[in-house]
Amino acid sequence: MLKIWSMKKEQQKAENADSAATGGKKKKVTAAQLRVQKDLSELSLGSTMSTEFPDPDNILSFILYIEPDEGMYKGGRFSFTFNITPSFPHEPPKVQCREKIYHPNIDLEGKVCLNILREDWKPVLNLNAVIVGLQFLFLEPNASDPLNKEAAEDLRNNREGFKRNVRQAMAGGTVRGETYERVLA
Amino acid sequence: MTSDEVYPGSEPARWVYLDRIRTRPGPFTNPDVFDGSAVAKAMESMKVLVIGAGGLGCEILKNLALSGFKDIHVIDMDTIDISNLNRQFLFRQADVGKFKAEVAAAFVEKRVKGVKITPHNCKIQNFDEDFYMQFQLVVCGLDSIEARRWINATLVNMVDEDVEDSYKPLIDGGTEGFKGQARVILPTVTSCIECQLDMHAPRAAVPLCTLASIPRQPEHCIEWAHVIAWDKEKPFPTLDKDDPEHITWLYQKALARAREFNIPGVTYSLTQGVVKNIIPAIAATNSVIAAACCNEALKIASNCAPFLGFPDDNYMMYSGNDSIYTYTFKHERKDDCPVCGQQARPLPNVDPAWTLRELLDSLAERPEAQLKKPSVRAEGKTLYMQSPPGLEAQTRPNLDKTLTELGLVDGQEIAVTDPAFATVTFKFRLRFK
Ligand SMILES: [Zn+2]
Repeated sequence: MLKIWSMKKEQQKAENADSAATGGKKKKVTAAQLRVQKDLSELSLGSTMSTEFPDPDNILSFILYIEPDEGMYKGGRFSFTFNITPSFPHEPPKVQCREKIYHPNIDLEGKVCLNILREDWKPVLNLNAVIVGLQFLFLEPNASDPLNKEAAEDLRNNREGFKRNVRQAMAGGTVRGETYERVLA
Repeated sequence: MTSDEVYPGSEPARWVYLDRIRTRPGPFTNPDVFDGSAVAKAMESMKVLVIGAGGLGCEILKNLALSGFKDIHVIDMDTIDISNLNRQFLFRQADVGKFKAEVAAAFVEKRVKGVKITPHNCKIQNFDEDFYMQFQLVVCGLDSIEARRWINATLVNMVDEDVEDSYKPLIDGGTEGFKGQARVILPTVTSCIECQLDMHAPRAAVPLCTLASIPRQPEHCIEWAHVIAWDKEKPFPTLDKDDPEHITWLYQKALARAREFNIPGVTYSLTQGVVKNIIPAIAATNSVIAAACCNEALKIASNCAPFLGFPDDNYMMYSGNDSIYTYTFKHERKDDCPVCGQQARPLPNVDPAWTLRELLDSLAERPEAQLKKPSVRAEGKTLYMQSPPGLEAQTRPNLDKTLTELGLVDGQEIAVTDPAFATVTFKFRLRFK
């Protein structure tokens, strides 16, 4: 049988490592949780974002609030649920907008079209990248990735009209027959 | 003994060629570690664990039994489905519905005399470290990344520097269609499955807006039904991918959408395939990868030749898409790997009456850590997080609670992160006074 033990001793001699472990029953932290802990401690939310953890012991599930301080969505307060599976970071976090809002890249159920949440996700990306991506959607809504077709059409064809619609929808008004939730902060 | 002395087809003939490898030094054997007189006997008493009794597992069990291993355990929670029979060759039609581990074990025991195979019809997570400690070698033939990560983390965490037997080599095989890989992980010595996570291509996904607005393929219509229509209409409380009624609902939705966009090709079985993310399993790929894995097992157990993981190359990738291509290389261990990058260090003389604040202060004084803004968690318990601010406020009251009040026990592992050491996670094991 192979002697990993002696190999390890050799390796340690070479590295002059000094780590040591002892046996016994251990409750260990899972890899996904370790990674999320690391991502959270490196999060930079700035003044426009905040988080809420319904259960602080479960860091795999939380709510992100975004209050844009510039752009067409300025003055609104939007919230997103983050649900992270044990497959993280192999799989991206599941993110959904909690309010019904008028936005070309967010549908009426709250699904978000953001490339790194789906087709362009990579394990090297972190929660900060996702949060920056969401923030960017409010600064630069994008007509070429439509999830709300009407909103995308409005943005493409009539930017001023789109801006008015955004204000109206954020105030809880009706746009093109669809009533939106009031999200003014 | 030479082949002239045994009858072909007789029991001894089965082992002639194997014994030549096991008893004689070859051009690649290392004379320092190879002992031809002891190998066969040593392998007989060696306990090997096989995880998975599916496409790869059937091959692995058969190969290990024919490689001279005598004491094999196998874990699989699944039962046999009729669609398995084309490649999972240890199963027959009459076995449909029975446990894979049980049927596979009985079949191989019957065909290979003298081998004992113990089946476990359950999840790998049902067993604790004491169970895994009894094996000398673990061979995985799984299709789930989650299960691989679990067993990897378990074996890495079991390493106790002072106990030679705590190092369990992990041989991992995986296939996807015509592609596959075989790799050997020597826990804490070579790069582990967590270090190699980027080697698993994430599931190819289509942008959500393509599904929502411009579907072009039948798969787009099915994904639309799966991720958009289902959530909108919620025909059942939760989607059960094995429930024909649920799949039929998705199929009908996808079909209607495909008609709307003039896309041909949506069928019930395609719907099932897309929703369950089934990649057609190729029997030949399974047998190539299983053979590679079991070769590694034989080499590790007998020292008859150099194996993956030592001294350098630890990862063999195989592709049969376009003729045959294999490439073997060294995947480097990652210093910031959350599983093997930092071994949990014992933290002795911890007083359970300390407050969390006192514990953190003691960590800051440790020379290897010198943490400035530590965030600390235990499994399922957030002790104190410096960031984000909301979570900091929620966990701040914990700072003045004692370790006992927080439910921490002797031997518990805590994970400490600090933005000053962005790439490192420190793990400590509490040792109470
Ligand atoms: Zn690792």
